[in-house]
Amino acid sequence: MSRYFLALAPILMLAACSPPGGDSDARVAPNKDPFPSTYRALPSETLLIRGATIYTGDGGRIENGDLLIRDGKIAEFGQGLALPAGASEIDASGKWLTPGIIDTHSHLGVYASPKVKPQSDGNEATAPVTAEVWVEHSVNPKDPGFAKALAGGVTTMQILPGSANLIGGRSVTLKNVPSRTMQGMKFPGAPYGLKMACGENPKRVYGEALHVAPSTAMGNVAGYRAAWIEAEEYNRLWQEYLDGESDEKPVRDLGLETLAGVLNGEILVHNHCYRADEMAVMLDIAKEFGYKVTSFHHAIEAYKIADLLAESGTCASMWADWWGFKIEAYDGVRENIALVDKAGACAIVHSDSSTGIQRLNQEAAKVIAAANRSGIPVTEEHAMRWLTENPAKALGILEQTGTLAVGKDADLVIWDGNPFSVYSHAENVFIDGALVYDRNDPARQPKSDFMLGILEIDGEIK
Amino acid sequence: MKHQGKYLSVVIAFLVLAPGILAAEVIAITGATVHTMTGQGTLNDATVLVENGYIIAVGNGVRIPDGAERIAANGRIVTPGFFDAYSYFGVSEIDLVKETVDVIQTAERYTASFELADVINPRSTLIPINRIEGVTRAMVAPQAGFFQQLSTSPIVGLGSVIHLGSTENFIVARNNALFVMLGETGARLAGGSRANALLLLREALQDARDYAANRQGFDEGRRRVYSLNRLDLDSLVEVLNGQRPIVATVDRASDIESVLRLANEFGIRLVINSGAEAWMVADKLADANVPVILDPLQNLPSSFSALGSTLENAARLDEAGVTVAFSSGDSHNSRNMKQAAGVAVANGLSYETALRALTINPAEIFGVQASYGTVSVGAEADLVIWSGDPLELSTFADFVMIRGKTIPMVSRSTLLFERYKDLDGPLPPAYTN
Repeated sequence: MSRYFLALAPILMLAACSPPGGDSDARVAPNKDPFPSTYRALPSETLLIRGATIYTGDGGRIENGDLLIRDGKIAEFGQGLALPAGASEIDASGKWLTPGIIDTHSHLGVYASPKVKPQSDGNEATAPVTAEVWVEHSVNPKDPGFAKALAGGVTTMQILPGSANLIGGRSVTLKNVPSRTMQGMKFPGAPYGLKMACGENPKRVYGEALHVAPSTAMGNVAGYRAAWIEAEEYNRLWQEYLDGESDEKPVRDLGLETLAGVLNGEILVHNHCYRADEMAVMLDIAKEFGYKVTSFHHAIEAYKIADLLAESGTCASMWADWWGFKIEAYDGVRENIALVDKAGACAIVHSDSSTGIQRLNQEAAKVIAAANRSGIPVTEEHAMRWLTENPAKALGILEQTGTLAVGKDADLVIWDGNPFSVYSHAENVFIDGALVYDRNDPARQPKSDFMLGILEIDGEIK
Repeated sequence: MKHQGKYLSVVIAFLVLAPGILAAEVIAITGATVHTMTGQGTLNDATVLVENGYIIAVGNGVRIPDGAERIAANGRIVTPGFFDAYSYFGVSEIDLVKETVDVIQTAERYTASFELADVINPRSTLIPINRIEGVTRAMVAPQAGFFQQLSTSPIVGLGSVIHLGSTENFIVARNNALFVMLGETGARLAGGSRANALLLLREALQDARDYAANRQGFDEGRRRVYSLNRLDLDSLVEVLNGQRPIVATVDRASDIESVLRLANEFGIRLVINSGAEAWMVADKLADANVPVILDPLQNLPSSFSALGSTLENAARLDEAGVTVAFSSGDSHNSRNMKQAAGVAVANGLSYETALRALTINPAEIFGVQASYGTVSVGAEADLVIWSGDPLELSTFADFVMIRGKTIPMVSRSTLLFERYKDLDGPLPPAYTN
C-alpha cells in the first residue's frame, strides 16, 4: 500500500504470532468502536418555544410556529401548540427557529487556537496514504474555536484530517458540547468518514517538497487505486476467514481496515477536490472499486458538473465565495452552491475555517442573494437545507438531526432576527434539548480552559 | 441578470457615443439616498451630478443640465465606492502560483525602498470581480509573510493607493506609506526576539536622521557606515519628515505600546495594522492620534499575540476616539468587507462609523481624502448605487462608477457563470463566449 506500511509490516506480523486461531466460534471481526462515545446530553427540561418564524431545515417554513422539546427530543411542532403542565416556555415572537447548523468540514480541535506548531495536528504528512490515522486522536477539546462556532449556531461538525495526503485518515463527527474528552463529544451512532484529497496539495507535499510520489495528477490517481486494490484483497482475506472458508486469521492492518470499511459501506468518503474534471475521475474510481463518494469538499468547479453530481447522488460541500488562492480554485462563481442545488444535487455550505464556521448562515445568505440576482430563485427556507438537512445526510446522521421532525434530537437555534441577515445573532442554542448557549447569559456561554486568567482584563473578552 | 442587462446597455450606449473617452457629458444620479460621509450626513431624494470624472453638485433641488444622462436611483442608497486599506490588488493573482506573486520579496538588498507601484497589474482579474461589488480603491501594500513565503526584513516596503477603474493612471498616491512588521513575525525576521525588530527599526531611523542632515558628507564618503543603503535611507527620510506614515502590522497590546513609544521618540506618524488587541490600548492610541486598520472578523485567539481578539474591537476603538479602517486580508474577496463591516455593526459599532471605515477613514489615513472618500463637490466620482443597505448580505451593487466612468458589470466570474448556468446546450460550454 505504501512505503510506510511496508516498513511496519514486520512489526504487525510479530504481533500476529500470538495464539493460532483455530476456534471457529471465536471468529470475530476486530472491534469497530474502540473509542466509544461517552456523550451524555446535558440536563434539559420540557420547553415550549412559541411564536417563531420556523425554517424546518427540509425546505419548510412555518409562520408563528411553536415547537415542544421533551426528553431532549422534538416532541411536536406546528402552530398553536398547548403548553403542557409543568413545561417552561420561551416567547420567540419576532425571532427565528431553525435546526442547529451542521458543518461537514471543520478542523476545530486539530488546528486549535492559538495556532502554534505543537497544536498543528491535522495532517499526518509523512506518507501519501495514511488511512490508519483517526483524526479523533488529534482533537483537542480545549480549542476555544468550539465555543465560537457554538455562538454561531453550529451544533454538529465533522472534524477532518487535512488535505496533504491522498488518503488522510478517518474523520469524526462531534456534537458541539464542551467536554473534557473527545469521546464526550462524539456524536452517538454517527458513521466514520474517510478523508481523501485530489489535486495540488498531495503533489506539493510529496512530489515537490519530498521528491516522492505523487508528483502529478496521474500519480495521485495511481495512489488511490493502489490503495483500493490492497483494501479489496484485505477485505477478501477477512471475509474468507470470518466465513470459515479459510483458517488463517489475517494480520490486522489499521489502514486497510479503514479502507475496507469504505468498501463495505460503513465509512463515508469525503473527498477534497476542486476541479470538475478531477471530480469526474474520482467518481469513476469509486465506481471501479464499488464505493460511493458521499461528498466532495471545496468543489469550486462543482457547477461545471452539477449534472454528474446529481446523477451519482454525491453531495458537494462548498464555500460561498472563496476563490483564487490556488490555480485549481481560480474558477470560482458566486452561484456555485445554487447551481449545484438547482441541478438536483445535494448542496452544502461548509467552512473549513475557524472563522467561517461562526457564520455559515451568512455564507448561505450571500449565495441566496447571488442566485436570486442571477435569475435562480432560491427561498430562505429552501437554502436552510444547505446548512442542516444536506450536511446531516452527508454525515449519515439525518435520522437523528438536521431537520425538524418529531422524535429527532432537539438540536435547535433561536435567532434574534432573520438568520440570513448580517445583523442577526444566534441567541439560544440547544443540543439534545439542553440550552448550551445563551447570548444574553454569560453563565450559559462555555469558555475554554485556555482562556481563563490569561489576560488582565479577563472577562471582557467576547 | 436584469440589473446587468440594464447597465450593460447603458455602457454600450456610452461607448458608442464616446469611444474611449472619459465622460465629457454630465451624468445625473437622481432620487438617491446619499451617504455623503461629510458633515452633510445623509441626504434623501438627492441628486449627484458628475462631470469629467468629478462630482460637481450634490443635494436636493440640484438643477440637471439639458442632455445630461440620468440614472434613477429610485430611493436606493448611494455611497462612495469602498476602500480596502490593506490589499494585494495587482500584485498577487493566484497566491500559490509564485510567478503571479509580487507582494512579497525574499531578497535582502532593499527594504524601506522596496516599492510595488511600478509592478501593479491593473488587468488582474481580482479588480473587476471586486469593483462590480462596490470596491473602488485600495492600498496596495507589500507583505512580510504571504502564504508559504517569508520576507527577510521587518522593514517591508512602500505601498501605494490605487483606484480600480482603469488600466491607465490607476495610481492615486504613490509610495505614501511605509509598511513594517513587528510582533511575532517581525521577531522571526529580525533574529528571534521582538527586541531585534525594534532595534533594527530604531537603528534605521537613526541612520536616516543622520543621513538627512549630512547628505553631502554621505556622498563624499565622510559618514559612518549605515545599516541601510542609500535608497532605503531616502525612503526613511520621508517618514522622518512626516511625508508618509509607518504602518506597523502588529497585534499584541504590548507590541502596540512598543511601537507607539518608538514613533513618539522619532516624532513619526504611525498607523497600526491588524491590531487584534488594539482595543486594550485604545486610550493610548487615541491620545497619540494613531488610527487602526483591522479585519472586524478577527475574534479568535489565533496566536499568542491575539489572545484579546474580539468582534467588538472596532466598536471599542471607535468609542475611545480611535479612527478605524477596514481591510479584508483576502483581496480576492475584498467584496466581503461590507459583510465584515455589518458584523462590526452587529457587535456595537455605529452604522455611520462602519461606512466611514470603508471610505473616508482610510482616505484620511493615506492622505487622499481631498479626491476620494466623500460624496461632495470636487471629489472624484467613485459612486455606488446599492440595491439595499450596503452592509446587508442580500444587497448588491447595482451600479458602480469610478472617477466618473461607469463600470461594466462583467468579470471573469460572471462570464464563467454565463457559460455554465445551463449545462444542456447543444455544444460544449467552450463555445459560449
